[in-house]
Amino acid sequence: MTDTSLEKEVVIEKPRNQWLDVWDQFRTHKGAVFGLGFLIFITLFATIGPWLWQVDPGRLDIRNKDLRPIYMALFDGDAKVSWANPMGTDNLGRDIMANIMQGGRISLAVGWTAMILAVFLGTLIGVLAGYFRRLDGILMRFTDLVLSLPLLPLLLVMMLLFRDPLRAAFGPENGIFILIVTGIGITSWMQTARIVRGDVMALKEREFVLAARSIGTPARRMITRHLLPNVLSPIMVSATLGLATAIITESALSFLGLGFPSDFPTWGKILFDSVDRMTAFPERVLWPGLAISLTVLAVNYIGDGLRDALDPRIRGL
Amino acid sequence: MLTYTIRRLLLSIPTLIFIAFVIFMLLELAPGDPMASMPLSIPPEVRQQMREALGLGEPWWIRFPLWLNQFFIVEPQYWIDNAFGTNFADGAQRIISFQSRSPVFDVIAQRLPQTLWVVAMSYVVGVLIALPIGIISAYKQYSVFDQAGTFISMIGFSVPPFFSGVLLIVIFSVQLGWLPSIYDTTLVVNSWDTFTQQLQQMIMPVMVLALQTTAQVSRYMRASMLDNLSQDYVRTARAKGMSESVVVLKHVLRNSMIPVVTVIALGIPSIFGGAIITEQIFKVNGLGQLLIIALQGSDIPMVMTITFLLAVLIVMMNLIADVLYGILDPRIRYD
Repeated sequence: MTDTSLEKEVVIEKPRNQWLDVWDQFRTHKGAVFGLGFLIFITLFATIGPWLWQVDPGRLDIRNKDLRPIYMALFDGDAKVSWANPMGTDNLGRDIMANIMQGGRISLAVGWTAMILAVFLGTLIGVLAGYFRRLDGILMRFTDLVLSLPLLPLLLVMMLLFRDPLRAAFGPENGIFILIVTGIGITSWMQTARIVRGDVMALKEREFVLAARSIGTPARRMITRHLLPNVLSPIMVSATLGLATAIITESALSFLGLGFPSDFPTWGKILFDSVDRMTAFPERVLWPGLAISLTVLAVNYIGDGLRDALDPRIRGL
Repeated sequence: MLTYTIRRLLLSIPTLIFIAFVIFMLLELAPGDPMASMPLSIPPEVRQQMREALGLGEPWWIRFPLWLNQFFIVEPQYWIDNAFGTNFADGAQRIISFQSRSPVFDVIAQRLPQTLWVVAMSYVVGVLIALPIGIISAYKQYSVFDQAGTFISMIGFSVPPFFSGVLLIVIFSVQLGWLPSIYDTTLVVNSWDTFTQQLQQMIMPVMVLALQTTAQVSRYMRASMLDNLSQDYVRTARAKGMSESVVVLKHVLRNSMIPVVTVIALGIPSIFGGAIITEQIFKVNGLGQLLIIALQGSDIPMVMTITFLLAVLIVMMNLIADVLYGILDPRIRYD
């Protein structure tokens, strides 16, 4: 009798994966879960959306130009609306919903690629500076130097000056894409580099690194096997921040008229094109603006949640 | 401290020269041609003469030192001459804009007041809003106020100025008609009416820029207050029987301000960057708009000078932040 009751009390928890713990902690952050949900939604909206909503974003339909979004029919019976264009059409009759989808594809693609480039550069420079003492001085000097450059004006200069040769070399769309991604990437790696360097320097003094070195681990494997997995969490947090800034920077460039060509919609570009007629059609400014703001807000909240979830001092409380 | 400041000042000179070199080479490598907007009917040899007249005939290793000389020696000479009626400059060549054919610094001097008004005002407003929010958020951590403050600063980080500005215009200029959407820089404030007009047109650009400052500074203020509120000296102060307001506003606040002051100093250059976009939205003819126009017209001397001035601002603010940190926090010694 006693034996059976004892057996019941001993419940051995299954060994848990570290990422499962992180996920459990992440789920407690309400904003972060909403953020993740919205990011997944907007990504699906932009990627799968054009397959479900098969309207060509560039198709001109002059008869149906300047349609208002469908909800306007609720306030104003005379408003020009049509179920065929639920978000309305622009002054050339292009469907706004299809444009927002297409713009989302570009904006998100630019954001992700630029972020990956920036994080890659930042991690590379941070690890090199933190691990090899000889490189530390020169690399950090360089980082400080780049940090003291006026980045937005320089980015504008780069956009304007290298636009034509790249366009000639890779075609109008790919050329600008490469230019914007490289521009944003090489102007936003510095924070990641600083954080990674600091963490690598602290890790280098730990016993497990000494143990690994004592069995003759070469520097390359030391970095990939022992150091990088341990600095993954700050890298992930700065990656989310990087994604947010990359999306904002791309939209800002498009807004200043220095981004993609005009028949090539991105959220910033649609916003920029709609500003002139926002008096009559405020919703055209609202859609892309909301898309940018909510995406960035979602990404920022995910970063917030990740920071908490990846911090072992908070996790499990 | 003084030796540290002097050392940093001296170090910033090669840094600045290097930055100038980077900007110069970027503009040099670029294929943009200031002659591109000229009529195609101009024969090539005349075109070449015009290029030489703009100073483009020489190679870069001659033009770059020339630009440095003009920026650091000739231009200050002209300022001194203007101020004291002397004649140091002696008719030396100033930095000339390709577009307007007038000295770059004269154009900048015309544009600077508008930018300074809006930028400085928004920074002051932003900081003044941010400090109380940060203090109360930290003191009442996890309260409704704190949650709301976190949310607002999240929005400040996430909503880009080109959307918040446009949104404000749609609401307050288009729908309600309370505020003008275009900033009238020709307005001279000489009576109560013009003063209110000036106030009305400044509200929106100032608020757009201030939102970003508020978001950033209030976060730092909150974090710094939280760090200090859990310190032992706070418990000691309370144990001594000091009133709560003295503990928070005198002991904790003063110590928390140390990192915040440096953040405020470091944020000044970025607010100038943000002003580029805000000026474009509200059609303020300030420095940011000047930069955009100069960029579109391949006005290399203008772009170079404005970008370099921003770099000077960044380097100087970094220096001021570091020095301030040392002065305010006696635990930090640089020597």
